[in-house]
Formats: sequence, C-alpha cells, structure tokens
Amino acid sequence: MTTDLDRLLLIRHFERALLDLFAKGELNGTTHTCLGQEIVPVALAPLLGPRDHVFSNHRGHGHYLARFDDPAGLLAEIMGREGAVCDGVGGSQHILREGYLSTGVQGESLPVAAGAALHLRGSGALACAYIGDGTWGEGAVYEALNLAALWSLPLLVVVEHNGIAQTTPTSLAMAGDIGARCAAFGVRHAALPADDVLEIRDRLAPLIASVRDGAPLVVEFAVNRLGPHSKGDDTRSGVADLRDWYREMVGVPGFADADARARDRVESVVRDVKARPPSTWGQDSADPRLLHGAKP
Amino acid sequence: MRVVENLNHALHEVLAADPRAFLLGEDLLDPYGGAFKATRGLSTRFPAQVVTTPISESAITGVGAGLALCGDTAIVEIMFSDFVTLAFDQIVNFAAKSVSMYGSRVPMRLIVRLPTGGGRGYGPTHSQSLQKHFIGVPGLDVYEMSPLHDNRAVFAEMIAAERPCVFFEDKILYTKRMHEVDDLFTWDLTGGLARVHVDTPPDCVIIAPGGVTHRALAAMRRLLLEQEIVCTLLVPSRLHPLDAAPLVAVAREARSVVVAEESTAGGTWGAEVAHALHRELWGVLRNPVALAHSADSIIPTASHLERAVLLTETTIYDTVLESLK
Ligand SMILES: Cc1ncc(C[n+]2csc(CCOP(=O)(O)OP(=O)(O)O)c2C)c(N)n1
Ligand SMILES: [Mg+2]
Repeated sequence: MTTDLDRLLLIRHFERALLDLFAKGELNGTTHTCLGQEIVPVALAPLLGPRDHVFSNHRGHGHYLARFDDPAGLLAEIMGREGAVCDGVGGSQHILREGYLSTGVQGESLPVAAGAALHLRGSGALACAYIGDGTWGEGAVYEALNLAALWSLPLLVVVEHNGIAQTTPTSLAMAGDIGARCAAFGVRHAALPADDVLEIRDRLAPLIASVRDGAPLVVEFAVNRLGPHSKGDDTRSGVADLRDWYREMVGVPGFADADARARDRVESVVRDVKARPPSTWGQDSADPRLLHGAKP
Repeated sequence: MRVVENLNHALHEVLAADPRAFLLGEDLLDPYGGAFKATRGLSTRFPAQVVTTPISESAITGVGAGLALCGDTAIVEIMFSDFVTLAFDQIVNFAAKSVSMYGSRVPMRLIVRLPTGGGRGYGPTHSQSLQKHFIGVPGLDVYEMSPLHDNRAVFAEMIAAERPCVFFEDKILYTKRMHEVDDLFTWDLTGGLARVHVDTPPDCVIIAPGGVTHRALAAMRRLLLEQEIVCTLLVPSRLHPLDAAPLVAVAREARSVVVAEESTAGGTWGAEVAHALHRELWGVLRNPVALAHSADSIIPTASHLERAVLLTETTIYDTVLESLK
C-alpha cells in the first residue's frame, strides 16, 4: 500500500533527480521543482475524486504525482522519451491526462477552471486550480473569482504561497493580502500551514464538501520553496535554514526505509526512462503537423 | 561583445540620457537582472528608473503607455514574448491608437521588449514568434533585434520616432557575438538595412529578421560551397512599416527571393514582404517570392520534436534550392 510518506518521498526524490539530471546536462529546456511544497498535493489527493478536474501550473510535478502514480510517464514527458504522457510535446509544464491539465502561463487557468466548474456545477464534482502567490498579479484571477462567487461555482483555488515569485518577494508584488482579496468577492478563504498532512485533511474535508455544493473556496498554504525557481537561478540567501519536512522526519520510525525505497524507485525510473528512445508525436511520424509550410 | 551586452549597453544609455526614462518588468532587479540578463546592472545604477513589477503584463504595459502619454520614455519588458498576448489590448487598442485617434498626433515613447522564439526546449507557451500578430497595426512599429544592428542606434531610432514599438529579441541571439559574420562574406549597413554578401551578383536574395541571421548565414555558406549558389542576405531592423525600396533594388538583380522567419505558417511577415515585392517587381521576378518559416504547428518541448517544427538552416537551404528550380 502506498502511504502518504511514500508519496511525499517519491515527489522529493523525483524533483532531486531532475535537478541532478539538469546539472549533468541530461535534461533540455527548463523545469520548476516543488521541493519543499510536496505536502500540499499529497494532503489534497484523497479529498479529490476521479471526476474532479485539477488545473496545475508550472510547478506541477507534485500535483501530477499525487494524482497519478506515474513517475516514469512524467519523466519521459520531461525528457521527451517513449511513454511520455503527452508524447514529449508539452514537457514539464503542459500536461493533459484524465481530468488533469497544466499550463505555463500564469493566471490563465483560473477562468478555465471556472468554466470547468460551471460544467460540473450540480454534479458533486469540483474544479481545483493550483496557483502561486505571484500569480495573484494577473487580472484573470480576479475576474474568475468574481464569476465563481457570482455563479456559485464548485471551484477550489489552492494557493501555494511560498513568499516568492521567481526572484520577486511577495512584499514587492502584493499590496494587502490574499484573504482580504477573497473577502472582497465574498469568497471563503482558509489559511493553513503545510506541515501536517492529516491535520490539513481534517480542516479541509468539510470545507471541500461545501465547495461541491457550489461555495467556492480559496485555500492558502504557507510553504517554503526549497529549490531554485527553475534551475540554478536562486538569488536568495538562507534557503538552507528554511523549514523542511524531510529534515524534520529523518528520525521518525520507518522513515529511513521509506526514504530508501523512494530513492531506489526514482533511480530505477531514471535508468529506465534514460534508456528509452525518443518519443514520437502521434501515431505517424509523417504527421502533417510536422511538415514545414504544410497546409492545415 | 555578446548581443545581450550590447542590448544592456543600449538600455544603460537610454536611462542615463534621460532621468524620465523608465524600465518596467518582472524580476529585473539585481542581482538577478532579468530572466535573460538584459537588464543586469540597471536597477543598481538607476534605482529610481527601474521598476520591478508583479506578474501583470497587461497592467505594466498600460502603465508604460501612461508614462509615455505624460511625455516620459517607457520601456516594458515582457519576460517571454508569448505573454504579450496579455498586453495586446494595451498595445493595439490603447498605445497604437492614442497616437492618432484623437485627431492630432500624440507622441508616445513606449517600447515593449519581447524575448522571443524557440530552440531552447521551453515548450509551447514559451517559444513562440508572435511578430505577425503585430504587423499592420496602424501607429505601431515592429522591430527585431539583430546581431548586425547596434542596439544603441536602434533604441535611439525607436525613441526618436515617438511611436509605440514592439521590439522582438530572439533569445537565441543573446549569447551570440555582435557583428560576427562568416569570413566568406562581407557585410554593410545602410539606413536600417544590413546586407551580407559576396562580390558577385546573387542568385538568390534572402530577406530575414535579425533572429534568423545565423541560420541564414549557415545556409548561405553551404549553398555557396556545396552548390555554388550565391546569396545575399538582407536584414531589416524595422519589420513594419517596411521600407521596401532598398529590398526591391537588391531583389531586382537576383534570380529568386526567399523570405525566412521563425514564425509558424500562415499570415506571416514574409507573406507581407512577398506581396510588397510582387507589386514592385511583377514581370521582373523570374519566380514568385518563396517563404521559409516554421511548420503550421505548436512548438513542442522535446528537442527532437522542436527541431522538426522550427525553421532551421536546412529549411532555408532547401527553400533557396527550390526557389531556383
Ligand atoms: C503570464 C506569465 N508571466 C510570467 C511568467 C513567468 N513566470 C513563470 S513562473 C513565475 C513566478 C510565479 O510565481 P508564483 O505564482 O508565486 O509561483 P511559484 O513559482 O512561486 O510557485 C513567473 C514570473 C509566466 N509563466 N506567465
Ligand atoms: Mg510563489
């Protein structure tokens, strides 16, 4: 049986492996790891059902791995290898799979999630959108919140507030705070620390149940971004002193075994995926979309 | 000197020359100095003129337009040009319109800087070349950065024009050297048009924006050495409005013309250039102007897929050969 700890550790080691692959020059493009933020999607996972839609963002590996136990498919997507979730077309931040979608443009997903919520309204399912604190700079966020409240949409907005957007501290980007902004729309807001999976679930279970009845909710988690924004671009000092659930759990009984299991699993996924041939886009390599100047 | 350093110098010059010149954008404060380092050192040297902003592309472009409306010079950096779609209203319906829709001319010194293009594996929402969406907007000038055009002169020109501009910067250029051209060729600059050529009249004229320069030169080299086909490359700094006269003068002497750009197929800048040349040279050109561009496709992330979609040296090489058949 997969435990919460297994999931947390899978995400942790997956993200570490990515940074490692980047450092060795074995990954192309860019990636945003969720190191330090793993608890949020792991806590939410059992509160969301298969009929719920999840909208993820650029920092989405944890969101994906908490919903689908598929590190190989995700790594193949990031590395452009056979077995990739989206044929290697979308890469790290553009993934679509069974009610799960991520995209790399900040703020874009919230109105879309509101649309999905409108579609789902009355069915008992909800639309959940993950956004960061910095994304509250985008006007689309507010237009969507207004609609969600106005139309009683089953919309759950999960804010991973790590106090920074790329290199910009929240203090340079946000006047007031998220709670007050939600209050202005009459949207419920809950602020939670992201340190205890079970406590988060206890607090959120009743709130999320009412989202399903059409009462939108913004849940704001205080998290620490322990890694760089993307790769090797951290301008902060004192990152090593930030609170880290991983460090705090090292002494807990069973941790060392679970940690070794997750590490081994990720290592074997990396070995497996690295050995695969490049992905093919669609069934046919002569896909007309790939031809220069081809007519649509 | 690398292109990004030259661009950085240009920005330094603009801010130094005018204390009422502002630079706005996301994550451009030191020590980071912007996602592509073009703004490095500026916030340290001009703390009152460099403004780091929230992730609010529409608003910061509007703020730039507001500054320009009041007579200041505003340079706005959109981190990836893909996100300029969020500022489209401010650029097209406010800034470009304001220059003329109130009956008399309103000068506006607004430059929107747009790191652009693919080839870096950043994926479909971080790799596009959206120049074509800005072609033909009355009141809006479209420029593209080039390794053959000193950015200091280009910025001086954009500011002097007092019209809103979008300035596309192909990200691939940042780390390339300025004014570095293959030994096989010589180059010169007349007005805003750079010309790279050999001493014989060309078989084919390639017209390309700055971001395509290196791919075009690589194709020209192979065409010369492998096929003995002589090409002249023309790189205009301002893509729109286009000064067609000097292009026409060179194209008149050639057997074929190719316009190469990274944009995906459909409604391209090249089609606009081709139309201008056809109008002037109908009956003179031996073949229709040929277009080389990226595929009609989103730009995939994985490098092997991305390569199959984007304009490459080989796309240009093949298009030139085809155009001479
Ligand atoms: C519209 C838009 N503007 C800018 C970016 C570039 N960008 C990617 S992530 C990011 C910071 C996002 O900060 P936040 O929302 O706090 O999320 P975090 O990265 O902290 O998880 C920026 C500016 C983008 N992807 N989309
Ligand atoms: Mg953040």
